[in-house]
Amino acid sequence: MALLEVRGLSKSFRGLKAVQDVSFDVTEGEILALIGPNGAGKTTCFNLIAGVFAPDQGSVRLGGMDITGLRPDQVCRAGIGRTFQIVKPFQQLSVEENVIVGALNRLHDVGAARERAREILEMLGLAAKRALPAASLTLPERKCLEVARAMATGPKLLLLDEVMAGLRPTETDHMVGVFRRLNEETGLTILLIEHVMRAVMALAGRIVVLHHGETIAEGGPGEVVRDPAVLECYLGEEAL
Amino acid sequence: MSGPRRAAPGGRARVLLGLLLALLMLLPFVVNPYLLSVLTLILYLAYVGQAWNVMMGFAGQLSLGHSLYVGLGAYVSAALFVHYGVPPALGFLAAILVALVFGAAIGFLAFRFGVSGVYFALLTIAFAEFTRIGFDHFDWVGGSGGFFLKVAQRDYNDLVNLRGSPEMFYYLLLAMTAGCFLLCHRLMQSRIGFYWLAIREDQEAAQAVGIDVFRYKMLAVMLSAALASLAGVFTAFFNNNLFPFQIFGIEKSIEIILGPIIGGLGTLFGPILGAFVLTVLAEGLRGTMEALGVVLPGVKQVFYGICLLFVIMFLPHGIWPSLRRRLGLDSDGGR
Repeated sequence: MALLEVRGLSKSFRGLKAVQDVSFDVTEGEILALIGPNGAGKTTCFNLIAGVFAPDQGSVRLGGMDITGLRPDQVCRAGIGRTFQIVKPFQQLSVEENVIVGALNRLHDVGAARERAREILEMLGLAAKRALPAASLTLPERKCLEVARAMATGPKLLLLDEVMAGLRPTETDHMVGVFRRLNEETGLTILLIEHVMRAVMALAGRIVVLHHGETIAEGGPGEVVRDPAVLECYLGEEAL
Repeated sequence: MSGPRRAAPGGRARVLLGLLLALLMLLPFVVNPYLLSVLTLILYLAYVGQAWNVMMGFAGQLSLGHSLYVGLGAYVSAALFVHYGVPPALGFLAAILVALVFGAAIGFLAFRFGVSGVYFALLTIAFAEFTRIGFDHFDWVGGSGGFFLKVAQRDYNDLVNLRGSPEMFYYLLLAMTAGCFLLCHRLMQSRIGFYWLAIREDQEAAQAVGIDVFRYKMLAVMLSAALASLAGVFTAFFNNNLFPFQIFGIEKSIEIILGPIIGGLGTLFGPILGAFVLTVLAEGLRGTMEALGVVLPGVKQVFYGICLLFVIMFLPHGIWPSLRRRLGLDSDGGR
């Protein structure tokens, strides 16, 4: 069953068509990757789903409920957690407090939220840093915190915007392991934007390719990387 | 760096706060009238500083026109008392109500239409200024000539009508300051407090984790306005005279924010410590100048400026965070 249904999504900025008639489904429990060259409309697509902008046309449904045009906080409460491409930690708060803020989305009691935050930090391997201010973390740790905070909101669907960018290969592999485990153990559905093909190939069950705001290919990782259109505009001929 | 959370610092902070409160309760029995007036001034600045800190320190919304709410509280309660004989024990509710309406109007205008940062601060100044000008021409409450309460010296203290001795006003203010501290403490341990801090740190990220930013910012502004209006009620009945240029003036707004900034923005104890340090230093300076027979108008403002400069240069987070570390109270009790 489709958890997220994106239908005919379009958005222009002052005449520039950032996203044009994009449709895809994310099935419950799957990991779907959204790839494409820079400026293809991936982040705009995310922002339309997450409620940062309202689309000019089209609709977004989560678990059958229409969430088109809702505000970001309403979308989050409906069950979509997101990370930002440029990480946005609450700098002066501790790592644990950052995650508590996320957990308060579902749990109204701070004590319960703190417990939940600790579980999540444990799961993501950040437990040792929980008392440190978020500002003191390294970039990979901040990316991890971004994921922890989004996870804490109790999402049905997690949107990951280039969480692997700027990570070393070993760190990428660690994050891939984390998402695999989350997906397998908790059945969390993930939609990710990613340029790091190593991570995409290891994680994604399916891939949607955007170019100039339009979908140009969709399918399993094996098919998509052999698709001539994808090779031409994004991966390059020599990818094979 | 704050270490791992232990129960001990919180307990120690509580003991120290208890001792401080006991000391403040005993002081009126031993000090002379002059020192009592200085203590009253300290508590007054500590109280309004806490009120302002709710908005700026916790929720990150800079108000440079907080004298607006103090002035409204003062005029509303005083006018009700003088014209209709409504005692301040009831009039304070009307004062809160009016402050809430103004706070809500400013908040709504700003947050609905995306006015933030410096522009928001300008909006708060504008509201305070045009209210001041409005009251200058508001003859029902005396206009620019001032509004006066009858000074009736009584032998007994009347809390309902707020007529009585300086000691009564001191204890009332002490209760207000302690109450405000407890309220802030409770709020910062709750969901509301966490949400305010998140909004202060990053609005977009706050929204992405499900926080209705508009609602929580409105809550901060309205609570801050209501608390500040009570300081106005106190001022009106303590001073017995009100002048628009004095109570709504930008100097008053600046005076409100200096304490929390010097003490430590966004901390619970910072506004109280800041008010103490600032008042003691300013009074000390005044005393010294008097003793030396030097008359320099405006020296207090210059002195405030120098204090602010030093704190920003050497303790950019205020005095309290570093003092807290030195006292071993970190990781609890402070924020």
